[in-house]
Amino acid sequence: MTTNTVAPPSRRRKKSLIQRFLAGPLPWITPMLILILAIVLWPVYEMGRTSVLEISGSGVTKGFAGLENYRELFDNPNLLGAISRTFFWVVTVVAITIFISLFLAQLLNAKFPGRRFVRYALIVPWAASVIMTATSFRWMLDGYYGILNRILLDLGLVEEAIDWMGSAETSLPWLIIVAVFVSLPFTTFVILAGLQTVPGEVYEAAKVDGASARKTYFSITFPLLKTSLFIATVINLINVFNQFPIIWVMTGGGPGYTTDTTTTLMYKLAFRSQEIGQSAALSVVNFGIILIFVLIYIRATGFGKKED
Amino acid sequence: MSISAKPKAMTSPSRAKAKNKELGKKGLLTVTGFAVALMFLLPYIRMMFTALTPNDELYQIPADYFPTRLEWSNFITVWESAPILQYLINTVIIASAATVVVLLVSVPAAYYLARFRFRTRNLILLLVLATQMFAPTSMVIGIYREMVALGLVNTYLALILVNAGFYLAFSVWILSGFFASIPYEVEEAAMIDGCSKVSVLWRITLPLSLPGLITSTIFTFITAWNEFVVALTLTSSVEIRPLTVGITGFIGLYEVQWHYVFATSLIAIIPVVILFIAIEKWLISGLTAGSIK
Repeated sequence: MTTNTVAPPSRRRKKSLIQRFLAGPLPWITPMLILILAIVLWPVYEMGRTSVLEISGSGVTKGFAGLENYRELFDNPNLLGAISRTFFWVVTVVAITIFISLFLAQLLNAKFPGRRFVRYALIVPWAASVIMTATSFRWMLDGYYGILNRILLDLGLVEEAIDWMGSAETSLPWLIIVAVFVSLPFTTFVILAGLQTVPGEVYEAAKVDGASARKTYFSITFPLLKTSLFIATVINLINVFNQFPIIWVMTGGGPGYTTDTTTTLMYKLAFRSQEIGQSAALSVVNFGIILIFVLIYIRATGFGKKED
Repeated sequence: MSISAKPKAMTSPSRAKAKNKELGKKGLLTVTGFAVALMFLLPYIRMMFTALTPNDELYQIPADYFPTRLEWSNFITVWESAPILQYLINTVIIASAATVVVLLVSVPAAYYLARFRFRTRNLILLLVLATQMFAPTSMVIGIYREMVALGLVNTYLALILVNAGFYLAFSVWILSGFFASIPYEVEEAAMIDGCSKVSVLWRITLPLSLPGLITSTIFTFITAWNEFVVALTLTSSVEIRPLTVGITGFIGLYEVQWHYVFATSLIAIIPVVILFIAIEKWLISGLTAGSIK
């Protein structure tokens, strides 16, 4: 998008007030700004405000609480576990996703019969509701009726059926697998888009020079993927940090709070324990973390700098 | 063997070898490709077989690989087992209305952002990017408190506006890209003929940007169709609840009717997959445009 078409300054002719109004940015931009203000910015304000209010379990505001909600939040025995789990969860899911996507993108960039079908298959988990995908995994992993236990029993890999969602030790790895599963399509397509910008002549030249496939990949392809990889990584960091449906449907953060991330804990605090103030405090913390990711993204991509 | 025959004898088998190697590579790629495809389809294949399992075969311990007969009537029963139809209607209402709102606000904004440079342009682009990056999940408490204050909890309007507000960025990126690619001279010519800016947009620019409009429409519709967290938070009755939330309602119960859950899921998934494939070409540019601009 390099078009720099700028409207020539309008010739000064006598225009009616309405015409002049219609020519300015206001009528074109205002509806969108109102929507963003009301739907995206107002909740940010509400979050901050709620985090310093004392609110009863039934939702009645009792007064100003100062930093009381934050103090309670940091005293919450489940917070530390959720924070370290969130860190582990985000890093693991994103790292595995990027790693596998590099292979998948390479595969989809090669020419072979049936490639179109493989691309379409990869789109399915992307288009399908994450809730429904996670529900299917939960059913396949069911301790009694799940197909996975049947397969493992038939292969003789386990002695008896395992209740996969019954404890964090067995459910957390599965949560990670499902999160990787739903993150792969987007990531692969971003990297694939990056691969397709590499001009074919570059490879021809490398081939003529007798470079091995491996060398070509690491000295030519990989460096050219830097931008795509960066974009995919940051967007995935945000998405995985915000991931709610998978955990909600498969374990509900349970048993107890053993598979909660800060995102699901925030939700449970508000709508299970009726601790709206504490939950708002946690959401301010979460929001702050995402803000850091977003700022890195904006800075690194030089947003606005390339504008004329 | 005579020396003179050697070169000839070397070339043809080695060429055949290279060809074989090429074929072998293609074969390996195809096999890998199909294995990957199968992996990605597995949860949905299982979904399909479960949806077609007769009642009496659903709860086998251990599970059967395939049902002995396919109960196609499950797909009909599911319509009759209320509230699913209601959930589906709610989803369609919310997703369609959100899409209309997004188009109404993003078409003029994208047009102006693509065509004109003005002082606050960068700030506005940044705001749009923020809507894309800050998913509603992280702000759900704020959204909830706002809707309580507005008295909009458990209404279509709340869900329509939240979906529209958070998912408009994609449309703005895609549409402004399309608008910018139309030469300004085309519009100028029409303006000289006496068309106003609005009618130029309506009669010339929009028809030329049809693929962008279709992509925006489909993407917004699907994202709103799949939205879960906000709907879970803001809906408390069957009359408003969309399908994604409705389905989770079935799961917590004592005996989950998995075949109906998955028959419903498939009804929700199949159309969106087809629509998504239709706009595949434009997806990445819309989702990462904030960074490329």
